[in-house]
Amino acid sequence: MRSAPRTAARRTTLPFYHQSFHNLQELRHNASLSNKVFVQRDYTEGTVCKFQTKFPSELDSRIERTLFEDTVKTLNNYYAEAEKIGGQSYLEGCLACATAYLIFLCMETRYEKVLKKISHYIQEQNEKIYAPRGLLITDPIERGMRVIEISIYEDRGSSGSSSGSSSTTCSSGR
Amino acid sequence: MKSREYKQIEPRALPASAPPAPAAGKEQAQGGRARRKWEVFPGNNRFYCDGRVMVARETGALPVTLGLVLVTSGCFFIFDCPFLVQHLTGCIPVIGGVLFAFVLASLLRTSFTDPGILPRATPEEAADIEKQIDNPGSSSSSSYRPPPRTKEVVINQQVVKLKYCFTCKIFRPPRTSHCSLCDNCVERFDHHCPWVGNCVGKRNYRFFYCFIVSLSFLTAFIFGCVSAHLALRSKDGKGLIFAVQESPASAVELVICFFSVWSILGLSGFHTYLVASNRTTNEDIKGSWSGKSGAEETGNPYSYNNVFKNCCAVLCGPMPPSLIDRRGFLPTEDAPLSTAVEIVEMPASKNDVNMVTTGRHGFHQFSRVRFNQEEKVLLRFIQRPRLPRARVDVANRRQVPPEPSSSGQGCAGRASWPFLSG
Repeated sequence: MRSAPRTAARRTTLPFYHQSFHNLQELRHNASLSNKVFVQRDYTEGTVCKFQTKFPSELDSRIERTLFEDTVKTLNNYYAEAEKIGGQSYLEGCLACATAYLIFLCMETRYEKVLKKISHYIQEQNEKIYAPRGLLITDPIERGMRVIEISIYEDRGSSGSSSGSSSTTCSSGR
Repeated sequence: MKSREYKQIEPRALPASAPPAPAAGKEQAQGGRARRKWEVFPGNNRFYCDGRVMVARETGALPVTLGLVLVTSGCFFIFDCPFLVQHLTGCIPVIGGVLFAFVLASLLRTSFTDPGILPRATPEEAADIEKQIDNPGSSSSSSYRPPPRTKEVVINQQVVKLKYCFTCKIFRPPRTSHCSLCDNCVERFDHHCPWVGNCVGKRNYRFFYCFIVSLSFLTAFIFGCVSAHLALRSKDGKGLIFAVQESPASAVELVICFFSVWSILGLSGFHTYLVASNRTTNEDIKGSWSGKSGAEETGNPYSYNNVFKNCCAVLCGPMPPSLIDRRGFLPTEDAPLSTAVEIVEMPASKNDVNMVTTGRHGFHQFSRVRFNQEEKVLLRFIQRPRLPRARVDVANRRQVPPEPSSSGQGCAGRASWPFLSG
């Protein structure tokens, strides 16, 4: 029952009582990427960043519609906040213009701050809601803000010994 | 009990493509250099300073522009300013200096900034779009189907056609155009400017506007000051020829400024009109909005119908981020994590998996974060509590009928998950 950190390189027998994986390759022996769903942009309000809230049919059996819609709506709100043209953005723009835009080299813009918030939100959503359902949301910034990519994972060999051992592991972990 | 529950996968069982972890770990630590995304960028661009600076492959007339600005301003400061400070005022070099700094800074920012390039579609994304194009029946509700490879959207009660880009394999967002010189789709594409050696798009339009406005002020200022200089020298009946002979550089500056001020002033005026009506050069040349209806303002769906608001939106709007992540590292998905990552494992006293992966060398890149997220997803998914259905008893290799309450323990509120297969 060691809990000390160990490097993946050492392949000693582990006294852990739950499954331990040394790399992604091993994880993929037990679960594999089966499909990817893409949520496209909604351009009805112009060029502002907004995603469609239409529920993809491939996720019908994996997640509740409301959870998915909440995630997309929250993301849309974040992007609307980032792209809002208001007092703060004017101030930032005028200050930048007055300094010949050199200030952008040293300062983090409001958009970048909101992108960090979005990244944290997506990580949190993945951990709490999507990962237990075998789904993974990719941050849209990694796809050029064109799509929200949702990867769908499935058990490999549901009747095989690997998933059998994982189910007994679950039961013993309680 | 423990040996049965723990399953260690032998390296031999792994596919041939994955080398044994210890050897690969050493290779990765010593020799394998992680490549940055700019090194494999598919467009026609050149990158310097390890991806921090980018220009179009053909720099065009950028050296000419820089040369003209530097030579003219240099001659002005060296040959004209001393005389003018003596005879007029000391503010002249100060104003000239400020204008020169603005021109140079905005020129370099325009040339070296990502104009708003859209990264090309990943293979999965491209396949998904192809599928949608081939099966349009589910998405289109009206009887009229637009020609293939175009999509129609309604923006502000105006129908806008989105075209499919065969190079980037995406449907171009509104106002995006593919630059044939740079071989990239650029958001809010204005034009490809050979004088700055780069496309002008969403991210660098304000720098470009600042450049041409400050350049027109600088050109007009130098023209005025040099004229005053020559006029003062040729006073008292000495004549213009005498003045030119005394200060030949001034004559050169005068000629350069005279020929450039008209075109630059004209360009500034044109772009001021574009900014005030929230249009791009591309749209104006194609007549996208002005040809269709009589009143120009109502034709453009992106305009706020207010000059001040349009100017603020275009010039003082939020600065969008670069989408191409030039300095990010390429993901190495098939390689084992090896010595670059420590896996901290804690006793699984709760049902949730506590697995934290940290980059040892402060190796926090976007692709690494996503890689670790994928691990977490897979682990959580594999070790999720199963629904109360038939389970396989490994020891006896038989199906065990479900126990009504056991699987619900430690799964706070997860008792009713009809979506998961057991």
